[in-house]
Amino acid sequence: MTTEHQTLALILFSLFIAVTLGITTWVSRNRHGSAEEFYVGGRLFSPMENGFAIAGDYMSAASFLGISGLIALFGYDGLLYSVGFLVAWLVVLFLVAELVRNCGRFTLADVVAARMSERPVRIAAGASSVTVSVLYLVAQMVGAGSLVGLLLGDSGTAARTLTVIGVGALMVVYVSFGGMRATTWIQIVKAVLLMGGAVTLTVLVLLRFHGDFGQLLTSAAERSGHGPRFLSPGLKYGADWTSRFDFMSLGLALVLGTAGLPHILSRFYTVPTARAARRSVVWAIALIGGFYLMTIVLGFGAAALVGPDEVRASNASGNTAVPLLAAFLGGGAESTGGAVLFAVVAAIAFATILAVVAGITLASSASVAHDLYASLKRRHARQRSEVAVARVAAVGIGAVAIALGLLAQDLNVAFLVGLAFAVAASANLPVLLYSLFWRAFTTRGAVWSVYGGLVPAVVLVLLSPVVSGSPDSLFPGVSFQFFPLQNPGLVSIPLGFLAGWMGTVTSAEDPDEAKYAETEVRSLTGAGAV
Amino acid sequence: MDKHEGPDAGTIRLDDPWYDALAVGWGEGEGGDPPPPRQAAGGRAAPGASDIYLEVQRSAAFQEVRSRYRGFVVPATAGFLLWYVAYVVAATMAPGVMARPVFGAVNVALLAGLGQFLSTFLLTWAYARHARLRRDRAALDLRWTVFEQERDQERNRNQSRGSGR
Repeated sequence: MTTEHQTLALILFSLFIAVTLGITTWVSRNRHGSAEEFYVGGRLFSPMENGFAIAGDYMSAASFLGISGLIALFGYDGLLYSVGFLVAWLVVLFLVAELVRNCGRFTLADVVAARMSERPVRIAAGASSVTVSVLYLVAQMVGAGSLVGLLLGDSGTAARTLTVIGVGALMVVYVSFGGMRATTWIQIVKAVLLMGGAVTLTVLVLLRFHGDFGQLLTSAAERSGHGPRFLSPGLKYGADWTSRFDFMSLGLALVLGTAGLPHILSRFYTVPTARAARRSVVWAIALIGGFYLMTIVLGFGAAALVGPDEVRASNASGNTAVPLLAAFLGGGAESTGGAVLFAVVAAIAFATILAVVAGITLASSASVAHDLYASLKRRHARQRSEVAVARVAAVGIGAVAIALGLLAQDLNVAFLVGLAFAVAASANLPVLLYSLFWRAFTTRGAVWSVYGGLVPAVVLVLLSPVVSGSPDSLFPGVSFQFFPLQNPGLVSIPLGFLAGWMGTVTSAEDPDEAKYAETEVRSLTGAGAV
Repeated sequence: MDKHEGPDAGTIRLDDPWYDALAVGWGEGEGGDPPPPRQAAGGRAAPGASDIYLEVQRSAAFQEVRSRYRGFVVPATAGFLLWYVAYVVAATMAPGVMARPVFGAVNVALLAGLGQFLSTFLLTWAYARHARLRRDRAALDLRWTVFEQERDQERNRNQSRGSGR
């Protein structure tokens, strides 16, 4: 990349940072400092605003850069990811969004704790929420590092370290000063930028092919060197049985994990009613679906116009396909148009990472302060001090994420995201669904289902080829690999559901009929909702 | 519906109307936990909050809302999960079938993938419409029912406390 590229991209980065810091200052000018204000922005966002913010929270750099890169390299197999990411929203819309809005206040644990013995349930749900958030955060930090590494070329090791630290520091500032209000507006700005960038590039790609999608596919297949196989599944995940099962595991984790992501759940509390929560999910599905449809065009466009060889030469996992495509569409890497488009796309990707990181940090600081701290401390603290704890927690989580982000710099971003989804689907979704729909569910069942999903998911990853036993793993020198799949979902998600059932049928405690009645009535009618 | 504003409540109100009006809201001495449901003068237990929810849960109106919700959500969820799993399994296990060309460069796999997008959009629309037309009104009515019962209960509690002075 040339110096002008870098300068322009850095100017746009700085502009985005300045604007978002301005937003943070602006929205926090009349802050009341209440928990209601900090965690959920006073619950006063409109469905459209929240829909954009959900889309901005959900579409991470892994989607924007990762999926289109996978399509550019492996053709159809990249598309499998985007289908999973989208279909997951039906689980959220049908089973989770409205009911969670009606039953909870700030976190996932609120919904479960309403029916159960509060302390153990809160500790379990809080611990798993923080685990999921930290995994997801690390993925975003690694993404930010590789994006900057790409921009600055090979000289970037120090720059990558600085970026990871800088991104972490920025998000701590956003979250601890601006709370949910600043986070939401950053996500809205980011969603608009991302959609705008994607629409522009899609239109430019389609113009190249005179609006003929079939011709785009044909030229992509030709240029890839795989011919028609490029347009059908099997290039990436069809090699052997392990990779097939690996993909099924990932697919299951993607479709069930979204509904258990703490930063997605906390977004439903930012609107006044369950009806508004439903309408915001409808907005989000329209935006996310439209976006993933565009990534298909961008991915095949990159394959047809830039070519898989050049994409692979720039970044082995394809993360740079869209920036390269942008440079090409602008008239080539050496032209002004190319440099401008490249810088814009890079800045949008950076904005994407910052917005997602802010959302996750806020949600996990809520889990720490509202669930873990509130359950583990002895005396009653007032609300004001809970927000203070949440601010400190944001700093602590930022520090942990920075440290792990530096450690995991060479891991694949899409893989890390898949892992976070797998843990969310194994530990958070079973307990949430059981609490909402199963009359006989008990405290022991709730605790078992959280740990019964969380522990296997984490242990299986530690025993997987990702950590040891293969040349690409985190510790290539040693081998304690016993589990063949990279993604634990296929095993750990059923285990989470099973553990919840086992805990319930073996517990001595009778389920509390009255509390279940309260949960059921509240979840479907909104009675007593805050 | 429970008629818990029975004759007891009426007689209590006659006892001390003025004190009652002042005591509404921030009841003295009830720190964090709500007081347990107390025995009204007539010997019948005044309903606590949980009784209200149990009663609403048993009411025909609520069961109607719940069955409408489940009547849509259960088959729709089963349907889209099956369709998605079938898609993933077909893509990984039967790439030959998925590669069969349909027209031009478009093959079965692409149609299935776009079909997933289409079915997601359609189900979203159908769910939102179903909820708006068949569930929202009834759910809001129930919300009011619970709210009013809780308010009445609160009033009774304050009254019986007032009469105890």
